[in-house]
Amino acid sequence: MRRIVVVGASAAGLAAAETLRREGYDGTLTLVGDEPLAPYDRPPLSKQLLSGEWEPERLALRTPGDLAGLDLDLRLGVAAAGLRLADRTVELADGSTVPYDGLILATGVRPRRLPGAGGHVLRTLDDAMRLRDRLTPGKRLVVVGAGFLGAEAAAVAWRLGCEVTLLEPAPVPLAHAVGSEVGEVLTRAHLDRGVDLRCGVTVTEVTGNGVRLADGELVEADEVLIAIGSVPNTDWLAAGGLTVGDGVVCDEYCEAARNVYAAGDVARWYNPLFGLPMRIEHRTNAAEQGMAAARNLLHPDARKSFAPVPYFWSDQYDMKIQAYGYLRGHDEVAVVEGELAEGRFVAAYRRGEKVTGALAVGMPPKAIRQWRQAIATGADWDGAAVPSHSRAEAVPGGAPA
Amino acid sequence: MKVELEADKCVASGQCVLAAMDVFDQDDEGIAVLLDEQPADEHLDGVREAVAICPAAAIRLVDQ
Ligand SMILES: Cc1cc2nc3c(=O)[nH]c(=O)nc-3n(C[C@H](O)[C@H](O)[C@H](O)COP(=O)(O)OP(=O)(O)OC[C@H]3O[C@@H](n4cnc5c(N)ncnc54)[C@H](O)[C@@H]3O)c2cc1C
Ligand code: SF4
Repeated sequence: MRRIVVVGASAAGLAAAETLRREGYDGTLTLVGDEPLAPYDRPPLSKQLLSGEWEPERLALRTPGDLAGLDLDLRLGVAAAGLRLADRTVELADGSTVPYDGLILATGVRPRRLPGAGGHVLRTLDDAMRLRDRLTPGKRLVVVGAGFLGAEAAAVAWRLGCEVTLLEPAPVPLAHAVGSEVGEVLTRAHLDRGVDLRCGVTVTEVTGNGVRLADGELVEADEVLIAIGSVPNTDWLAAGGLTVGDGVVCDEYCEAARNVYAAGDVARWYNPLFGLPMRIEHRTNAAEQGMAAARNLLHPDARKSFAPVPYFWSDQYDMKIQAYGYLRGHDEVAVVEGELAEGRFVAAYRRGEKVTGALAVGMPPKAIRQWRQAIATGADWDGAAVPSHSRAEAVPGGAPA
Repeated sequence: MKVELEADKCVASGQCVLAAMDVFDQDDEGIAVLLDEQPADEHLDGVREAVAICPAAAIRLVDQ
């Protein structure tokens, strides 16, 4: 293999490129990214960058020297516009083409938007800088969507002295992901601080001076942040011959077609640990999957299936939330350490007979480690020392109660 | 080779500990602690893994 192209110059693409070099690949390595900036990190965008604690320089994923050491054919500020699978060629938006023997797709996701004019989204450094300039004390901010991203931004805006309204269509924020009891605990953090959280409301439109709800009400705001999920960046692959359906569809090796792999937020692969296809928008997964895809591309005879325990964290107010495994679609949640009411706890998640997830708030790492291990080994729920009094809820099929 | 850790970037994910237990630990808050600034060669692969996997890009391995 003499020519490898990586499309998407962020966490997953960078991890793939670095792994290829670490594993001894010394051919041409092209890294294509549509953003003009060298790879930078996204999680701080809604945390330290938005709050003004960090300046953009701190988000650089690598030093210029580290990047130079990778000896890349780096094409920044130009999008990949098409894939010709049969010719093994990537077409770029500037009209040039790049041939490949191996290809790694790491184009991530973009935010979903709402009809109407204006409103911020929060995905790029530009987005975050623009929003940060507007979040001055006394400003009225409406955040549409109380998922992790919206909740983090609401927390920062509150700390900056803004008047924050958080609008959520579900009855309990995050209930579909973490269960309703845990969702309520995480929600309380907003209510305690006077954030105006309104659940069960649907926003239909962003207007010049706020947002319009389905029942016709106008919620006025100086600034609107739309945080209602994201869409995989696969449009440019539409005619390329790959299977695309909520992400680039891959097998358990992260392979989408011969010598074409995908990694990070854009990849929908089969995770054998859970026996499920999944697409994961977590920072750690982007790096791990980039590494796994690169190794499998480079060593076709020694491929390993990609079977991680997903890991996610979120910082809101003074809460540090950490989650392991796959929480969605759980059958049962149990508090296995600490107390929900105190906001310091570990909750374990069951799907079928297995321990499939754990979520911790404000707990030391050692308290969580055994649960990560239980998920990694596919431990049986009944054998995993779940205290019987701790079964906080039984939600059939994981549907919000 | 020398390991550098920017502890104020650390998000307490513990990935470094999983990758190189002899070199990294976590305090009670989960923040990474460097046990060995100049790890022996046998630990370097683990450290390189930690550098690559750290979700906060808080670890570097530098030539001296
Ligand atoms: C504000 C924010 C906060 C977050 N906080 C957390 C957190 O606390 N914890 C956590 O675990 N995760 C968090 N995440 C998620 C995490 O950042 C992502 O999972 C991770 O960035 C995914 O990396 P990626 O490389 O797969 O995709 P991306 O980071 O989306 O990178 C893809 C890159 O490809 C580029 N691209 C797209 N299309 C093309 C094309 N056609 N040609 C060329 N380039 C293209 C994109 O512009 C982008 O630069 C957060 C994300 C955001 C936005
Ligand atoms: S891997 Fe990085 S973020 Fe995680 S504990 Fe170690 S230094 Fe901190």
